[in-house]
Amino acid sequence: MLTDLLGFPPQVLFGQLLLGLINGAFYAVLSLGLAVIFGLLNIVNFAHGALYMLGAFTAWGLAQFLGLNYWVALFAAPVIVGAFGMGLERFLLRRLAGVDHLYGLLLTFGLALVIEGVFIKLFGASGQPYPTPAALTGGINLGFMFLPWYRGWVVVASLIACGATWYIFERTKLGAYLRAGTENPKLLQAFGVNVPLLTTLAYGYGVGLAAFAGVLAAPITQVSPLMGSNLIIVVFAVVVIGGMGSIMGAVVTGLAMGLIEGLTKVFWPEASATVIFLVMAIVLVLRPAGLFGRVA
Amino acid sequence: MSAAQGHAREIGGADAAERIAEIHIADLHAYYGESHALHGIDMTVHRGELVTLLGRNGAGRSTTLRAIVGLIGRRTGSIRLKGEEVIARPPHAIAHLGVGYCPEERGIFASLSVEENLMLPPVVAGGGMAVAEIYEMFPNLAERRRSPGTRLSGGEQQMLAMARILRTGADVLLLDEITEGLAPVIVEKLAEVLGVLKARGYTIVLVEQNFRFAAAMADRHFIMDHGHVAEVVEAAELEAKAHVFEEYLSV
Repeated sequence: MLTDLLGFPPQVLFGQLLLGLINGAFYAVLSLGLAVIFGLLNIVNFAHGALYMLGAFTAWGLAQFLGLNYWVALFAAPVIVGAFGMGLERFLLRRLAGVDHLYGLLLTFGLALVIEGVFIKLFGASGQPYPTPAALTGGINLGFMFLPWYRGWVVVASLIACGATWYIFERTKLGAYLRAGTENPKLLQAFGVNVPLLTTLAYGYGVGLAAFAGVLAAPITQVSPLMGSNLIIVVFAVVVIGGMGSIMGAVVTGLAMGLIEGLTKVFWPEASATVIFLVMAIVLVLRPAGLFGRVA
Repeated sequence: MSAAQGHAREIGGADAAERIAEIHIADLHAYYGESHALHGIDMTVHRGELVTLLGRNGAGRSTTLRAIVGLIGRRTGSIRLKGEEVIARPPHAIAHLGVGYCPEERGIFASLSVEENLMLPPVVAGGGMAVAEIYEMFPNLAERRRSPGTRLSGGEQQMLAMARILRTGADVLLLDEITEGLAPVIVEKLAEVLGVLKARGYTIVLVEQNFRFAAAMADRHFIMDHGHVAEVVEAAELEAKAHVFEEYLSV
């Protein structure tokens, strides 16, 4: 096999590829949410990592205080956090409509610091364990590698979320409104579509996706106040690489960057933390609008 | 034109006093940021009428349409649509009174297919045209329904911009420079479409540069200058008031 020629046991290679695929799945779901939000609000949502963390904490809280299991949390947490997001949009972000992008960045960055600060104060920075759901413990030996069921599920669930989002955007009437609202919100509103409401829903949906990713991550990482801020920097690099314009671009770039990161861990472990930023720098030089971005 | 023809046009009633005012604008001021674009417009358009807004670039014609549909942030005065005051209403609420707007830049969405563009504006009233009827009126659109909206030629994009507001049931149409930059054969097609719409009783406000295009169909012309309505010319007065057009429209 090729891998033997290169001197790496297949277990190592495929193990890292799986890890990369899982990270890529998180990048995809998070950058997808950012793309949806940027499309309608023209805001780079720096609170995204904190909202991802809120999703994980909501799942943890539902289990801790209400005894609700993972499967309930997987649906309930995105709804709860999404509703919180809609409140943020309605009462804070909406006030920034029409002003420079920089203000949206500052406000959402500030919100992230406040939310994370509150959770550090309440729960400490170290994190809470969250059990893997019983149905998905263990795994299967595929011969060339061991696949833990839960990790496989994370990839499948992320792809389902991405596919559903793509379907909504590209194949439904609501999606046509969202695309039109991204291009020319004023004209869409003059046609009789309640664009302010659409914008609130889009923010809620993007935030809901972040929370969904947070719940998926809870059993893998730990539920800790800073889990989002560690991840979000890479996600922003992914968004820059893919370009803000496209749903498909966010998904493909997210998965691809996860895989590249995984491969780099095999071949040159020291570079694995930087490789995505290297790709970002190259893309910025060659295609400033991103791989899938529309050049304005 | 004779008085008899004048009466035939009036859908609201036999006497001028009974005609129904679809659009009634009083002392309308509008601002783009610091710039004061409309300086007290007064204008009434009755049901079933086709009127034009004429004037040079920057006279305030497009701004008047944008103000009616709510796309100008700061406006004062009064705009009554079908009897309802809309000066403080958001654009989406105004559209639902049965107003269809066709912007000067056409506003075809690049990320939507032709058919998605056509189906995009929500239905705002009953009695809109069926999609089959629209495709019959604009056969080019039917052929290209799967193409991205902005792959169409300029003329096709203009037809799409018109067609999509006919589907919604809007019976007050605000059309901004629909013939601008189009080939004569397309302009002819648009004139034909306007004739059909007028015969069906639509109320139409047409912003035009092409006076010949508009003159044949219009009941009245509002001549705009520097954010005012400088003159109102009835269709019957076209010859008598020819000097007005010279004064305000010649470059």
